[in-house]
Amino acid sequence: MNMTKSHESIRDNTAAWALIFIAWLVASVSTLGVLFFGEVMHLPTCVLCWYQRIFMFPLALILPIALFPFDRNVLRYALPLASIGFLIAVFHMLLMAGLIPENIKPCTQGVPCSETVIEWFGFVTIPMLSVLAFSVILLLLIMAYFRSSN
Amino acid sequence: MNKKILFITGLTGLLLVFITGTLFYTAQKEKQVEQVTKANLASLVRMHSPTLGKAGAPVVIVEFFDPACETCRRFYPLVKQMMAEHPDKIRLVLRYTPFHSGSDQIVAMLEAARKQNKFWPSLEALLTSQADWVQRHTANPSLAWKHLEGLDLDLDQLKADMAAPEILQVIAQDIEDAQALNVTKTPEFFVNGNPLPSFGYEQLKRLVDEALSSTQR
Repeated sequence: MNMTKSHESIRDNTAAWALIFIAWLVASVSTLGVLFFGEVMHLPTCVLCWYQRIFMFPLALILPIALFPFDRNVLRYALPLASIGFLIAVFHMLLMAGLIPENIKPCTQGVPCSETVIEWFGFVTIPMLSVLAFSVILLLLIMAYFRSSN
Repeated sequence: MNKKILFITGLTGLLLVFITGTLFYTAQKEKQVEQVTKANLASLVRMHSPTLGKAGAPVVIVEFFDPACETCRRFYPLVKQMMAEHPDKIRLVLRYTPFHSGSDQIVAMLEAARKQNKFWPSLEALLTSQADWVQRHTANPSLAWKHLEGLDLDLDQLKADMAAPEILQVIAQDIEDAQALNVTKTPEFFVNGNPLPSFGYEQLKRLVDEALSSTQR
């Protein structure tokens, strides 16, 4: 193994480290943000939101564990979480947009998932923020996957 | 090393924002509740409400309550104990918020008993037997009747009075006032016009103690 090669791989891991770090920041902001909505503002939580939480909360915990020391294996655990969370978030947004018909709505009791609880600047809703967060995390993790060395 | 500092800075930053946000939001919310109460002070006390304690008592506790509410039942002896500890200093005003289904019938029953000057014994009898006539969060008046026996009430008269327009009006007025004051949970307490900052016996006691000490000066 020559010197330049090993030096390069260290630099590569630094990039992957930064990507996972940013993904952790996004996951933490989402986790704390949704806790703020639910526990501080006491906004009602619908079923789909709970499912998205199930896939977001662990990311805020397992991503930082892989930062010290850097462990690219975390991507194997984090990518499925982010992918499934992303799919649920997209489903939720389509539901709110009315693109998915009423009859396959998964929740009828409690808070309907199609109800808009928050609308910022006229168009930003919580499911939209969720899609944004999950897609950013997914993108960062995929980038980290290709930029880190085994 | 740099990475650790970066991570710790990020973590503390996030937590700080979260904590400040929470404190700020809670303070704003409290202020809002106070304003709603101040704007609707006229809705807080009505002449028609049942009261306990000396008329000119310096501390007035207004309790929005539901006879079918379990927490209300548990608070009742606590409030009475507070009143016993400070005789002639505290007055309790009861307002009805029959949130449980069927509970409005129980309130009508109490109001009808009040016409026979048996409000407080009837209330106590119904609260003691609450588990008997509240099933799955639904008040069942037909099961409540037998607990009023032995109080020397004219039950036929009571049944007739339950549908009296003035009683129905009292209930409707109380529900309307509860809405104006943003009362969504029972029991809800107001001490000399001030709402509880957050729900709990300790918070109620603190508010009452504050009101007591400010009137003693």
